[in-house]
Amino acid sequence: MSKSSAEQKKQTKKQGRVIPGFGLTLGITIAMLSLLILIPLASILVYAFKMSPSAFIETITSENVRWAFLTSISASLIAALINSVFGVILAWVLVRYDFFGKRILDGLIELPFCIPTAVAGITLSKLYSDKGMFGKALGVIGIKVSYTHLGIIVAMVFIGIPFVVRAIQPVLEKLDGQYEEASYILGADRKTTFFRVVLPELRPALLTGFGLSFARGIGEYGSVIYISGNSAKEHTQVVSYVIMQKLNYMDYESATSIALVMLVISFLMLLFINIVQVRQSRRTNDVA
Amino acid sequence: MYVELKQINKSFGDFQASRDVSFGIEKGSLVALLGPSGSGKTTILRMIAGLETPDSGDIIIDGARVNDIPPAERGIGFVFQNYALFRYMTVYDNIAYGLKIKKMPKEQIKKRVTELLELTGLTGMEKRYPNQLSGGQRQRVAFARALAPEPQLLLLDEPFAAIDAKVRHELRTWLREMILKVGITSIFVTHDQDEAVEVASQIIVTNQGRIEQIGEPKEIYTEPKTPFVTEFIGQPTFIEDYGKLKGFRKEKKYKGAIIRPEFVEAFKSDNKTFKDVMDCSEEGVITDILFRGTSLELKLDVGGVTLTTHRSLDRRKVSVGEKMRVIIYRVFAVDETAAYPMDNEELAKRNVKYNHLEAYLYSKDGYFVV
Amino acid sequence: MEKKTRREESKAAKAILITISFLFVGLMLVVPLISILVNSLSKGFGFYLSSLGTKFVSSALKITILATAAAVLVNTLFGLVASWALTRFSFKGKQVLSTLIDIPFSISPVIAGLAYIMTFGRMGWAAPIVEGINNALGTDIQIVFAIPGVLLATIFVTFPFVSRELIPVLNAEGTDEEEAAALMGAKGFSIFKSITFPKIKWALLYGMILCFARALGEFGAVHALSKTRGKTFTLPLEIDALYLSGSADSIVASFAVSSILVIMAVIILILRNLLEHREKGKSGIV
Repeated sequence: MSKSSAEQKKQTKKQGRVIPGFGLTLGITIAMLSLLILIPLASILVYAFKMSPSAFIETITSENVRWAFLTSISASLIAALINSVFGVILAWVLVRYDFFGKRILDGLIELPFCIPTAVAGITLSKLYSDKGMFGKALGVIGIKVSYTHLGIIVAMVFIGIPFVVRAIQPVLEKLDGQYEEASYILGADRKTTFFRVVLPELRPALLTGFGLSFARGIGEYGSVIYISGNSAKEHTQVVSYVIMQKLNYMDYESATSIALVMLVISFLMLLFINIVQVRQSRRTNDVA
Repeated sequence: MYVELKQINKSFGDFQASRDVSFGIEKGSLVALLGPSGSGKTTILRMIAGLETPDSGDIIIDGARVNDIPPAERGIGFVFQNYALFRYMTVYDNIAYGLKIKKMPKEQIKKRVTELLELTGLTGMEKRYPNQLSGGQRQRVAFARALAPEPQLLLLDEPFAAIDAKVRHELRTWLREMILKVGITSIFVTHDQDEAVEVASQIIVTNQGRIEQIGEPKEIYTEPKTPFVTEFIGQPTFIEDYGKLKGFRKEKKYKGAIIRPEFVEAFKSDNKTFKDVMDCSEEGVITDILFRGTSLELKLDVGGVTLTTHRSLDRRKVSVGEKMRVIIYRVFAVDETAAYPMDNEELAKRNVKYNHLEAYLYSKDGYFVV
Repeated sequence: MEKKTRREESKAAKAILITISFLFVGLMLVVPLISILVNSLSKGFGFYLSSLGTKFVSSALKITILATAAAVLVNTLFGLVASWALTRFSFKGKQVLSTLIDIPFSISPVIAGLAYIMTFGRMGWAAPIVEGINNALGTDIQIVFAIPGVLLATIFVTFPFVSRELIPVLNAEGTDEEEAAALMGAKGFSIFKSITFPKIKWALLYGMILCFARALGEFGAVHALSKTRGKTFTLPLEIDALYLSGSADSIVASFAVSSILVIMAVIILILRNLLEHREKGKSGIV
């Protein structure tokens, strides 16, 4: 094992010499990444670290901010869960069945990627308001969506669904039908086969999709702020909105403090997704 | 007959995978479905398992027509080509899967799985995941998993395809011994004739959705019935104008003949063993010599026809360009539908016969070893 | 018998699942889309045209085009260079680097805006540098709350789009052909042009389209960095301004402006699908 990997390393090192452009491309990559992304983000860190710890903690734990975090995290969690259920159904339908309109349905999944978030925000807000088509209908049974937590969740479901579907689809496509056949022959019915054999195969992809949908929801701004109502009293402010509010008041200290916490959460999400993917490849590598 | 197929037809779109397939298998036998890829052998296996439904015809297992019975109730075990081990379950859970589905009590499951682990030599591996196993171990798990619910019939789809050439040999023997020990009627699919000959007690040769021939390995080998089987088995060379060869007359009704290396004997002109049949031989020039491990493979130019023969390493040294004496004992003449063994007429005149399976040349007076 | 019921059961499951899918996509995605168009025309076509003809909208359109062009250009360049570095060579820290590139995917766009404010704004450490350059050259370049800030913010949020499409394709293709060409003496750029580029051109176009779509609609990051309507506003900001001004007319006008972006989004979607189909068809033959 170790010998072959050492050999491989030697080989790849040689490759590095054969194909030209290593220094140049890596240099440009790191330079652009640093200038455009890393250094500006580091500015947030630098500024946040200049603050006194007590001021930092005071900002973070103020009632407003606490509620905003709670709202953002819980709403995006619920939205990610909803998306996981519908994402699996959609991916299953798109991969396993043939029906009229399949290609259109498949294409429409991408819609939230392409529609500007602000546009999605205003139209959802209008649709679910008490004068809008859905809002009126739901109002009859006493459900209010616009300007409530429910509205935030709806917006996050809208923007998050493609992440889950697109994470699961390729895995389901590649899934060898033999696994299911093996399960059928051993006596399992469709339901048991799905939950015991297919779902475990999808689990890493599902977790990735869930993580992406969740991460997107937590940071979401444009599509959420119109439908949420942004009321401090009713706790319908999301974190991004609070940061923007602080910026508008030129309260940079609070803005950076909150942003720092958000960055940490995002980083943890990225880490989580990476670990899931590494673990997946460990379990499935070279088992056809 | 334990398993019987009657006039099975099956198409996938325009592709006809099975045409009028009929055969029967005795209880306890170990049968190979042998054919090139696309010959319909896997489709037959999958129809017996119930993973495909025939368009017409009957499938009978143990006296009952099973066409409409779901796979799980046919009493079969199936080993998939890539084993299809559940990657997120341990070896133990894989083997126990079918038993858990049957709601067998936990104690009994444990007993049965332990028994199978012992049988397949996997004891101690029950906590491992499939990707922590070697190819051979995976095959054993797949085998154990298929056997766990105690099926009456075991089906294996290319059981050796996913295994390194080195261990493949070993596993063939292992699988054969295992199946004979368990005593289960088994059918396996393969495209490898060596595999079929070595493992099976009976071979069914398929081609283009049809059954070409059914028989014991030796029978398939020595008495191929159709042009396809003749060309598929052994190491055949097709020669259109076989009348050029000494001792054979080309008849118009045959399109040519197939010659195997073991039908060709090449020897030096001073070889005493062959002195009685020397005048039946003709000249051939060695054009190439290949080392095949246990023997040499000679390419000979005999009157413009290239023939292949094997030569024991114990015999005298030969070299490229050397002139040899060559006798062809036998050919399989073929027409469009069948193969006909034709013996060398000159040898026949002298009552000298050749048994290629024993590599002996013998006359009515007795044997003389080559 | 048994088998028939199983089949019927699976047929029923299929029908139910397909229905759920269509309902979900229809209600959650399609109805909002249509409602934008319906809303935008609710005061007639004349009003629709006139609300698109204001000088605010035309200014916002210009800025949007500028920002989108900048983002596509910069990120295409970055995508090509970065994917080359990350797939043709192996080096320490490669995994870290590729994770860092994906950062903009997972952070709030508002934070992107904040990052530039904290860098180039009044409080930012880079503000004196910009000022120094301005003094030396006699220019008056502003970054935050000016057009450069809008461009930077748009570039930030779309940064990984092209590289992310290229990296898997290049990884899958392997390096054999490039190595062969290099061994025959081809130079870097000619290897890229004649060997690598033909393999990645569709993925590249695909990534550029994605980048284009996202840049066109970017809101949060730009919102933090752009405060002057008619000067530094992009179309999404103009939509926001119209919507929040609250009068019935301006809300309809905001939907009218939205409809332009929606129509572009639908065109992009169709283009994207055609491309994807083409890709799949090609790999199907191989």
